Amino acid sequence: MDVLFTLIPLSVALVFAVIAILCWAVFSGQFDDVEAEAGRILEDDEGPPLGNRS
Amino acid sequence: MLLPLRSKDLTWINNGRSAQGDYHCISRGNIDMALTATGAATLAGANPSTEYNDRVVRQFAIMTVVWGVVGMLVGVWIAAQLAMPSLNFGISWLSFGRLRPLHTNAVIFAFGGCALFATAYHVVQRTSQVRLFSDRLAAFTFWGWQAVIVAAAISLPLGYTQGKEYAELEWPIDVLIALVWVAFAVVFFGTLVRRRVRHIYVANWFYGAFILTVAMLHIVNSAALPAGLMKSYPVYAGVQDAMVQWWYGHNAVGFFLTAGFLGMMYYYVPKQVGRPIYSYRLSIVHFWALIFTYMWAGPHHLHYTALPDWAQSLGMVFSLILLAPSWGGMINGIMTLSGAWHKLRDDPILRFLIVSLSFYGMSTFEGPMMSIKTVSALSHYTDWTIGHVHSGALGWVGLITMGSLYYLFPRLYGREKMYSSTLIEVHFWLATIGIVLYAVAMWVSGVTQGLMWRAIEPDGSLTYSFVESVKASYPYYYIRLLGGLLYLGGMVLMAYNVARTITGGEPVRALIPRLMPAHATVTPLAGGLAAGGAATAAAQSRAH
Repeated sequence: MDVLFTLIPLSVALVFAVIAILCWAVFSGQFDDVEAEAGRILEDDEGPPLGNRS
Repeated sequence: MLLPLRSKDLTWINNGRSAQGDYHCISRGNIDMALTATGAATLAGANPSTEYNDRVVRQFAIMTVVWGVVGMLVGVWIAAQLAMPSLNFGISWLSFGRLRPLHTNAVIFAFGGCALFATAYHVVQRTSQVRLFSDRLAAFTFWGWQAVIVAAAISLPLGYTQGKEYAELEWPIDVLIALVWVAFAVVFFGTLVRRRVRHIYVANWFYGAFILTVAMLHIVNSAALPAGLMKSYPVYAGVQDAMVQWWYGHNAVGFFLTAGFLGMMYYYVPKQVGRPIYSYRLSIVHFWALIFTYMWAGPHHLHYTALPDWAQSLGMVFSLILLAPSWGGMINGIMTLSGAWHKLRDDPILRFLIVSLSFYGMSTFEGPMMSIKTVSALSHYTDWTIGHVHSGALGWVGLITMGSLYYLFPRLYGREKMYSSTLIEVHFWLATIGIVLYAVAMWVSGVTQGLMWRAIEPDGSLTYSFVESVKASYPYYYIRLLGGLLYLGGMVLMAYNVARTITGGEPVRALIPRLMPAHATVTPLAGGLAAGGAATAAAQSRAH
């Protein structure tokens, strides 16, 4: 099962990469005010289609 | 042109508003804003930096429907072949062994893939409030991906295959896939980097994880030594190859068919309901838990094989753990409707989205159960697996895609709504009944097969020969065919509905709403949509 010597280190490296990204997200304030972020996608849009705008 | 602004210098015009009652006003405000912007853009002529790139979204969305019909038609065809084997007419190109990978590739990578491209490009632009990173690269991903699909549709019936499930395509096509995927990643992450909103919305995390992981899986699993233009040998051999294949295969399910479509769910469900996701906190936990645990579920495809026992058990344990984040996500999506359940009564699009989540919950419960070794001993290699895959694929992936596309098409083509709501309604029922027939038929057939194969006489000989179990499966193959026909019928109705919606509308040039610089001339506004509009107009005039 030599391939496990590739896949396990690869998966472990991936976990560390994911931890690094998680740390970045947490410490850069991505999750500081999460419930407010949930509503923002409802504001970004054109809303219901307004007809042809071209 | 826009002023060069860093994202941290920007704030939202409607900053800080999260109370439920405000949404109505805000959406009205955005309409005013959009109208203001429209006038300005018309005067100034087309300015790409003020518009979203919806062209590539439209292209992928249309091809999703086209490939959906094609892929499901091939599926119905091979389902008919299983019930009536003479339907291959003795032509090798039409034989089950060659059409089956064509079906799986068409529905997963053509139908599902195009849907993921379309929605990822749509969602990342809307949530980042910025145009796609590169129009040319985006166009390359569209034409490149279509080329991959056409190449698959030609090479698979001709018999060119690497023989790896969901990774059958020969090495030249694999190289093209890798190129398209890198371009996809550059466009997606490039757009995210240039976002004008500080926060990265949770849907983008799912899309991002899907793009990165699929790139890695594809490159590792497709590593092969070419031996001619359409011939190659995998660099791994025997059980090593099997392990890599199912490390790829299960993560393809996890990241292509789950994470990507969860991105879709986290954007289009709140949009269609008109309310924020039930718990944004839970969505973040859902994402990180899924990402951390998915990678090692693959060995459950190799129970009772030459794979070391500990690796099988590890795969089983991780599969069982996966139930928790999966159900967290399902509950989060469905509970978004909490307090607004009545909307399900008269909104067929919402019904697609919510029922897709129920199927997601069902198959993410069934999957971990089937990964338990003793259950797998009964279910593996039987039709139960086919039923499980299809309740996930038809129920979750199919329905969430259809619901999202029904949301998208009117908006992309400047229509109030789809051409016919009745047809959406009929599509919903055809699809749902089709899935139920399919899944139930395969459960019964699968358990029957499993029990017949393991039945032993007192003297130790097998009670049934293999062909007796095949014979016992016949009635269910007809029921499965009927279920598939209903599902395909719904998809054809959708294609008609979409075609009528498109021909009755025109491509919309969607303008990017103006954001207000926090440190610019206007101070952050506490309220007042009129003031918001004024700030918009000011930003607009500055922009030109």
